[in-house]
Amino acid sequence: MNLHDLVNRPTAWLPGAGEGGGIVVSSRIRLARNLKDTAFPGWAGEDECAHIWRRLVPTLREAPALEKPLQVDMGDCSALDRHILFERHLISRELAERKAGGGLFLRGDEGLSVMVNEEDHLRLQALRPDLDLSGAWREVNQLDGELERDLDFAFSPQLGYLTACPTNVGTGLRASVMLHVPGLVLVKEMTAVVKGMAKIGLAVRGLWGEGSEASGHLFQVSNQMTLGEAEAEIIGNLEQIVTEIVEHEQNARWRLFEQNEAYLRDRVGRAIGLLTHAHVLNSKEALDLLSDLRLGIDMNMVEQWNHQVVNQLLLQTQPGHLQKQQGRRLKPGERDVARADMVREQLRQSKEKRSGNSDE
Amino acid sequence: MKCELCQELEATIHLTQVVDGAVQKVHLCEGCAAKSGFDVHGPMSITDILLGLGGQESAKSAPKAVKSRERSCPRCHLRRADFKKTGRLGCPSCYEAFEDELEPLLRAMHRGDQHRGKVPANEQERVRATAEVEALQAQLAEAVREERYEDAARLRDAIQTTRQTAASQQETP
Repeated sequence: MNLHDLVNRPTAWLPGAGEGGGIVVSSRIRLARNLKDTAFPGWAGEDECAHIWRRLVPTLREAPALEKPLQVDMGDCSALDRHILFERHLISRELAERKAGGGLFLRGDEGLSVMVNEEDHLRLQALRPDLDLSGAWREVNQLDGELERDLDFAFSPQLGYLTACPTNVGTGLRASVMLHVPGLVLVKEMTAVVKGMAKIGLAVRGLWGEGSEASGHLFQVSNQMTLGEAEAEIIGNLEQIVTEIVEHEQNARWRLFEQNEAYLRDRVGRAIGLLTHAHVLNSKEALDLLSDLRLGIDMNMVEQWNHQVVNQLLLQTQPGHLQKQQGRRLKPGERDVARADMVREQLRQSKEKRSGNSDE
Repeated sequence: MKCELCQELEATIHLTQVVDGAVQKVHLCEGCAAKSGFDVHGPMSITDILLGLGGQESAKSAPKAVKSRERSCPRCHLRRADFKKTGRLGCPSCYEAFEDELEPLLRAMHRGDQHRGKVPANEQERVRATAEVEALQAQLAEAVREERYEDAARLRDAIQTTRQTAASQQETP
């Protein structure tokens, strides 16, 4: 497997199949780990980072849970490939900007990966479709167990796993869930939800953009506190809150439907009209229209398309993926044209395929 | 650009912070910035506010602030000022070196100040020993208070033994 194979396939968090299509898009668990008696990457010099990288490579290559992973050395990674990995949520912006001495180890299905020398020496990450934090925790915990046989992690009996930033100390665990909540945004309740979450120690961020105006109506909810609670408690709390947000979203959708069905159908219909006929689409517009189409599919207003093609397009319309597919750098104006071409074409193909299937 | 808090006035204060490695920008009007506790005229970073390392402390006890500002981690030589600037520590030993200032910070950030989660396999003995020493120390304090000096002597020896055993196991894993 190499990086070029990644571009055309669905990711672990935006699955291609019918699963994961609902309000909860995906679940993620990240663990921060550091080596004992070693400076954190941000404070260590270049030589020391290179040394840490060489120390970690053999262990990560052989970790059974990673199943002979793809190894990406940031020193050999092109700007476009970094962009692709970033868009697929496999590396952070911080790692994307890093030169040599850091990188990524990635299991073939992208569901399990390790960032090396990002903010911490190791950032273990498991990604799963749907609401499945426990499943993600099992995977990442197993990998952590495999790594600790070979590595001595910085740990204190009182403070737990020691991390570069005190916000991660303790379990080093960040659990996050990606939610598609157009209903809450349309009934203007998302701002209240964001504020409520902050009060109980959860962070809500737009996946693309800030505040309740996040493009594509996609939000990430995650725990902020990592010390003082066991992993299972952190995960259980988040899972419970997410279940409540899902109920609010469902209520908001049905309220919209009952009070103003025509408005909702109009919104979805306009989105389809633009997506299937536009010749210039900027990134934000594409995300917002795809979100409306996704809502229409959820509410059984659309038969021609399914979640699979929408999820695929949410990823493929990102600038990095778009340019990788075109095989060249595109200026922003050129991207908008290429994006519109691709959206029209994929929606046409997907529609034909579906109507073909239903004739059988 | 409008202020993100009041949504009315023009934002004149533009702050940048790093959260989880992602750069976030905050745009506020002068009034909201002052109300939120940002010293709009002083040279202070947003990390100072978020990490509570800002002006209040130096105003409260100037000599202490001067003293701790000079402090640095004996292992990686990170200075307090470096931590203030980035919000990140230099190495695992920094948690001990800056224990005094980290303690209130951690309590404000987190649910508690005692780790209750997973323990690496090779640390389990140390965690157990630490808990045992703490329990023995509590018993020792009680014995001293009640003037049971024979018990106190016995407990003191037990603490020493537990510590030594833990230390020797640490060296030969």
